Order: sequence, then structure tokens, then C-alpha cells
Amino acid sequence: MDIRELQGYASFFMTIFLVIMLYGYIIHLYRSEKRGERDYEKYGNIALDDEVTSTPIEDKPASQREYKEENK
Amino acid sequence: MQSNAALEYDYSLAKKFTFLTILFGFLGMLVGTIIAAQMAFPELNYLLGEYGTFSRLRPIHTNTVVFGFTVSGIFATWFYLGQRVLKVSMAESKFLMIIGNLQFWIYFVGALLATVSLLFGVSASKEYAEYEWPFDLVVVVVWVLWGIGIMGLIGIRREKALYISVWYYLACFLGIAMLYLFNNMSIPTYFATEGLGSMLHSVSMYSGTNDALVQWWYGHNAVAFGFTVPIVGMIYYFLPKESGQAIYSYKLSLLSFWGLMFVYLWAGSHHLLWSTVPDWMQTMGSAFSVVLILPSWGSAINMLLTMKGEWNQLTENPLIKFMVLASTFYMLSTIEGPIQAIKSVNAIAHFTDWIPGHVHDGVLGWVVFMIMAAIFHMAPRMFKRELYSKKMMEQQFWLQTTAVVLYFTSMWIAGITQGMMWRAVDEYGNLMYSFIDTVTVLHPYYVIRTVAGVLYLTGFVMFAYNIYKTMTAGKVLTQEPQFRTPMA
Repeated sequence: MDIRELQGYASFFMTIFLVIMLYGYIIHLYRSEKRGERDYEKYGNIALDDEVTSTPIEDKPASQREYKEENK
Repeated sequence: MQSNAALEYDYSLAKKFTFLTILFGFLGMLVGTIIAAQMAFPELNYLLGEYGTFSRLRPIHTNTVVFGFTVSGIFATWFYLGQRVLKVSMAESKFLMIIGNLQFWIYFVGALLATVSLLFGVSASKEYAEYEWPFDLVVVVVWVLWGIGIMGLIGIRREKALYISVWYYLACFLGIAMLYLFNNMSIPTYFATEGLGSMLHSVSMYSGTNDALVQWWYGHNAVAFGFTVPIVGMIYYFLPKESGQAIYSYKLSLLSFWGLMFVYLWAGSHHLLWSTVPDWMQTMGSAFSVVLILPSWGSAINMLLTMKGEWNQLTENPLIKFMVLASTFYMLSTIEGPIQAIKSVNAIAHFTDWIPGHVHDGVLGWVVFMIMAAIFHMAPRMFKRELYSKKMMEQQFWLQTTAVVLYFTSMWIAGITQGMMWRAVDEYGNLMYSFIDTVTVLHPYYVIRTVAGVLYLTGFVMFAYNIYKTMTAGKVLTQEPQFRTPMA
């Protein structure tokens, strides 16, 4: 088996692997929403409510921001 | 952080890059129209000596619209929407402002010098990668500065979740960085020939088939990460914001994102169908190109469905019209590309005018329309004035839409005619036509393309004028509009 053939097989199996990953991601998205762990659709509002003074859709943990503010 | 009472978004960088977008857009499209005219009337090649020939001007057209117009548009919109979706102002970090301004000036001067260098024939002779190595280094510096700007802004953000547009801009940043570095690896001919060559002129580090593969991996993905990814990022922000409707499905936007990332990188070899690259690689390029319809249409349908229940806005707001037409052209060109990548179709399409036809329904209909719509949306917010003329926007819309249709239909006919004539054989297997026969037949279509170029350029001048008048004579706004852009 020469290098070209090896490259061909590598490409094929990597494709299969990535397809599984992609479909796994779809399942992950829907399952985590169904279980109530995450609401993905709320992130769409980030574009609509985007004033600098608006309340973040998902705030950074307070500890992180305080740390940043102290270091400004 | 200081009190939020006086805190505002800082649009100074977005404004600067907007000016460059308009400047480079005009220059790039002007040169494009000139070379279209040269194809129809070859005597136009000799007006300015060596500086006016098609071979000098064509790289100026492509590089100016890609690295001048589109990249400026990407920077302008990033410095606008990046702040907004991360809910942090550039003004909050002196460091980021310095980096951003540095990026602007190095980019501006570098881009001008690079354009002049092409005029003087300093070229690496790789399509869409013609800039010689010193300019490649400038591109790297600009890109690294932009990267610091993006990461820096993300670092100080208030909004924890990264909006989908930010993902697309990040992908644009990483994708172009990787492609540009690998494809432009070259050695000055001075070193390659032990002192006989030149320090400025270089040769690629790859050779033969490998060079072709790297080149088209780059060439096609420059389309992916320059003309597709950041423009999708733009529409995911500007369409919801202008219409007041959140993205139809955020999950679909995430899925299309990863689908696009996964598939696009493998499709480049469709540029080398029927050439001397390994057959399995050609088949792979072909197959991945067809699969690419899924994530592309996933995004496009998501954009159109965002307007669900609000289609009345299409008739009321020309800005929505620009964006809906852009996503429609995105759908058209992402179905056309895969069709051309099917091996049997490619046997006719390869090297014909159908290819520039495809590129231009994508860039004129999708990329330029979206960038202009973004600037129309940003202008009243950046300059605190109403858009100068709604009527002019409508006229511009129809003029440019006609131009795009004329461009791609003439090139479809020209390309297929050309492909059929090249392949036509008589009963003994002899070629029926010589090359000049095809040129004679194609002349009317080249004239139509030139007319299309003139119309599109006229529309772009109307756009530039409308923005100029908005800045100087638009009605002053006391409050920043929330959704729909106010226009007179």
C-alpha cells in the first residue's frame, strides 16, 4: 500500500468519524434542550437586545467580572 | 468598570473601515468593469501601455475586491457588531483602541502599496495570492492585530454567550490565517538561484501537482472563509436586528456552522477536476461540494424563515430587500457551485465563462449586497443621522439586481456555448471549431457583461453618494433607532 492509497483510506475513515461527530452534535443539541438543561433559542435575542446597558442574556459569573474590574 | 451611565459604543474604527470599504469597492469594481470591456473590445488593452493590459489589471480587480473591499467590510462590521453582541464598548479598553487603529493604518497603507505593486507587475503569479512576500508579511501583521482585537474584546465582554455571528468571525479569522500562511510559503528567487534571481520576486515552496492542490485548497477556502463565513456572520446579526425578529432557529445556525466548517475545507479539489491530481481526491472534492448544499441551504433557509410572518417588511423596507435578495443569491450560488463540481458537468464547465458567471452571482448578489446592507444599517447609528434617500436605495436595488441577472445569464450562455464548441467533433473525431470561432460567438455576451458591469458600478456610486449625503446632510437623530433603520 503506497502513500496515496493510505491517504485515500485516511480521508474515508476521517469522513465517517466526522459525520458521526456531526450527527452526535445534533442529538446533543436537541437532547439537552428536551431535558431542560439549556435553552438555545434564547441566544437569538443577543442580536435584538444589544445596548451596552442591556442585561446580558447570560451574564459572566460575578467573580470573573469583579476580578476584571479590580484589575482595570 | 466605570459607571454605565455615560458608556456608549465606540464606532470610530467601524467608520474608518466603512470609508475603506467604499473606496476599495469603487476601485475594484471600476477595474472589473474595465477588464470586462477589454474582453469584449480587446483594443482597450493598449490605452495605457503595459499598465493598462488585462494581465496587469485582472489581479488588481480580484485582489482589490477580496482583500480591499470585502476584508474592509468584514473589519467595519466586526468593529460595529462585535461590540454590540458582546455588550462591551471598545472605549472601555485603550489597548484595544490602539491595536485597532494600528491595524487600520497598516492595512490601509499596505493595501495601497500592494495594489500599486500589482500595477507594476510585481506578482507571485498564484491566482488570488498574487501579492509578493513583503506584502504577505504585512497581511500577517494586520491579521494578527485583528486577532488580538477579537480575542481582547471577547476577553472583556459582559455577555457570556458568544452570539453565532462571533463564531463566524472567529472562523473567518482562523481560516484565513491558516490558508494564507500555507499557500504563500515562498522563497525569493535570489536564494533559490544562488544570487541570480531577485529579492522581491519569489517562487512557491511547493511544486507541480502539490502546488496546484495547495493553491486550490487556498483558492476555494478563500471563498469559504472570506466570501461566505463572515457574510453569514453579518446577516445573522443585521437581518434580525433590522427586522426585529430573532433568528428562526438558533440550533440550526449552530448546526449549519459546524456543517460548513466540516465540509468546506475538503471541497477545494473540485477546481482540479480532470487534471493531474489523484482521482480519489477529485472524487472527494466533487462529493464534498454536493454535500455542501446542506449547511449552505441550512443557513440560507434559516435567514429567510427569520422573516416568517413579517414578509410585509420586504415591501416597506429596502434594507430588508437587500438582505433577502442577498440570501436568495446565496442559495442560488450554493446550488450552482455543487452542480459545476459534478464531474460530468465540470467536463463542460471547466475553464469556461460559466465559472466567472458563478463567482459573480455569488459575490455581486450575495457578498456586495450584504455588505452594502450592513453599511446602510450602521450608517445612521454611526453618524447619528437618518439615511439620506430611500428612493435612491430602491433605484440602486433594481439597477444592481438587473446588473447581476445580466451578468450571470450572459455568462451561463457564453460558458455552455464555449464548453460545447470546444468539445464538438465531426464524424471522424476531428474538432469542429478552432478557438477563434468560440471567441466570435461569445462577443455579444461579453458586451452584455460589460453593460452589467457599468450598471452595477453606477449602483455602487449611488450607494456611496447616499452614504456621503447621510453623513453630511441626513436629518439628525436624537435617539439611536432600535430596529428599523430610519430613512428619508
